Amino acid sequence: MNSGIDLQGTFIESLTDMGISPGLAKTMWIPLPMTLVIIGATVGVLVVVWLERKISAAAQQRIGPEFAGPLGVLQPVADGLKLVFKEDIVPTKSDPILFTLGPILVVIPVFLSYLIIPFGQNLVITDLNVGIFIWISLSSIAPIGLLMSGYASNNKYSLLGGLRAAAQAISYEIPLALAVLAVVMMSNSLSTIDIVEQQSGYGILSWNIWRQPVGLLIFWIAALAECERLPFDLPEAEEELVAGYQTEYTGMKFGLFYIGSYVNLVLSSLVFAILYLGGWDFPIPLDRLASWLGTSEDTAWLQVVTASLGIIMTILKTYFLIFIAILMRWTVPRVRIDQLLDLGWKFLLPVALVNLLLTAALKLTFPMAFGG
Amino acid sequence: MNLAEGVQIVSFGILAALMIAAALGVVLFEKIVYSAFLLGGVFISISGLYILLNADFVAAAQILIYVGAVNVLILFAIMLVNKEEVFKPISGRWIRKAATALVCVGLFALLSTMVLATPWNLAAPITAPESTLILIGKHFFSDYLLPFELASVLLLMAMIGAIIIARRDFIPDIEAASSDQPLQTVWRLPERPRELTPTQGSSNQRK
Repeated sequence: MNSGIDLQGTFIESLTDMGISPGLAKTMWIPLPMTLVIIGATVGVLVVVWLERKISAAAQQRIGPEFAGPLGVLQPVADGLKLVFKEDIVPTKSDPILFTLGPILVVIPVFLSYLIIPFGQNLVITDLNVGIFIWISLSSIAPIGLLMSGYASNNKYSLLGGLRAAAQAISYEIPLALAVLAVVMMSNSLSTIDIVEQQSGYGILSWNIWRQPVGLLIFWIAALAECERLPFDLPEAEEELVAGYQTEYTGMKFGLFYIGSYVNLVLSSLVFAILYLGGWDFPIPLDRLASWLGTSEDTAWLQVVTASLGIIMTILKTYFLIFIAILMRWTVPRVRIDQLLDLGWKFLLPVALVNLLLTAALKLTFPMAFGG
Repeated sequence: MNLAEGVQIVSFGILAALMIAAALGVVLFEKIVYSAFLLGGVFISISGLYILLNADFVAAAQILIYVGAVNVLILFAIMLVNKEEVFKPISGRWIRKAATALVCVGLFALLSTMVLATPWNLAAPITAPESTLILIGKHFFSDYLLPFELASVLLLMAMIGAIIIARRDFIPDIEAASSDQPLQTVWRLPERPRELTPTQGSSNQRK
């Protein structure tokens, strides 16, 4: 189960055979997965924007974009091009440095978090020891960028939106971290690879979705709040705050916020798929299937099939979750700010704590089922 | 010196320069918001130094706690009381500034002599532990148990204190007033009902 395809090892080996030192070969390898993941994340955003437009249209009995490309798939590209060519306006009496720095600080941590997202046994940029914890701590940088842009805009709606965004992010970080902690406790490791491996073995039956039903709900609610998706999109509530911290932004600076929010949605769905839906695992255990078919696990074609199935499964699970998030956006009304904070502090936090304690107790009682 | 060591030295230089520049900015900027944002820069550079020292968990915790919580709270405090205020120039302010600078230089000199006088044991080979997390956990529950528990008690005290302060005015003589109302719920901290603050609407009524 552990071998799989090791692209990095093969690449480095082939380069060292050509007479390049191993250190240099590794340096040449590093940018490759990074660019691949950045491109993948950007394409993922385009797909999500298209999905959002199409699904919202379906929810409102419209057709949605249909002229730009087949079924309107090129519409998000057109949107992006429009944003690139738009005039970049910095309002007078604003703070130009902080105004520019804000959106950048929001976007960079989100892209950095892709470091730890695995698409297969060896298909990950780095398998860090602190794995999932990096994601939690990086996502806590974003509120600073939001506060910065809200403050620098010199606009009361922006400032209020920024303050709301930061308050929301801080309040929902805690239940999110506690829900993740329960999963980490079961897999005895923070590494995303180990978390997925702990769920493999019996196919769909061994996914964490059955062992952590409460944690899963807490995680999903908190992740939606962290992404500022609709039931919790108070920082940019149109009716109250124009557009919150984005009010004064145009052109590509607004585009950065836009990209950041969608990349964050994709990222949260990916993490959800890894933590609770078994990551790259197929619903039927593939190695058993292989043994029934009478082929060895080390066969080359089988490994290629397994790896591509792994990538497809991760992306399928992710887009299923994104579909749910979009559907929620177009069907669920927004909560009030006091309801939001009440839900976070008075309901989710105690429930997450109880969930953590229950997981610990179950782990001690049934070490077989809950990771000994 | 191979490639990895070179990268380490260069990134140490960049991180140290960033950290010192940001820290000087925190102290020297007149505008308090800039100081607060630069403080975040200092914390992030420190976490970079932790990564160079193989302390990955500490680095991530540094970002989560100092940047994500402490710095955001500082910014909150600044922005919620963001009152444009022109301070009156104080006569003889340079004396205070000179005294501060003197104390800071003295502290710096003291710390530098400490660094130079300590016999650092540089000869021992350093091996990165396989999992820092497990090592930290083991230390927490063996030789560092008392500090760990004391820190948690301290945090609990701070939390209870914050809750008490956040409640509106605490009335100590509520016991006497509520003695004839035995049905009052025991679970609530006594607090004074919030007065309706006059807003801009009241100025309209005066007309």
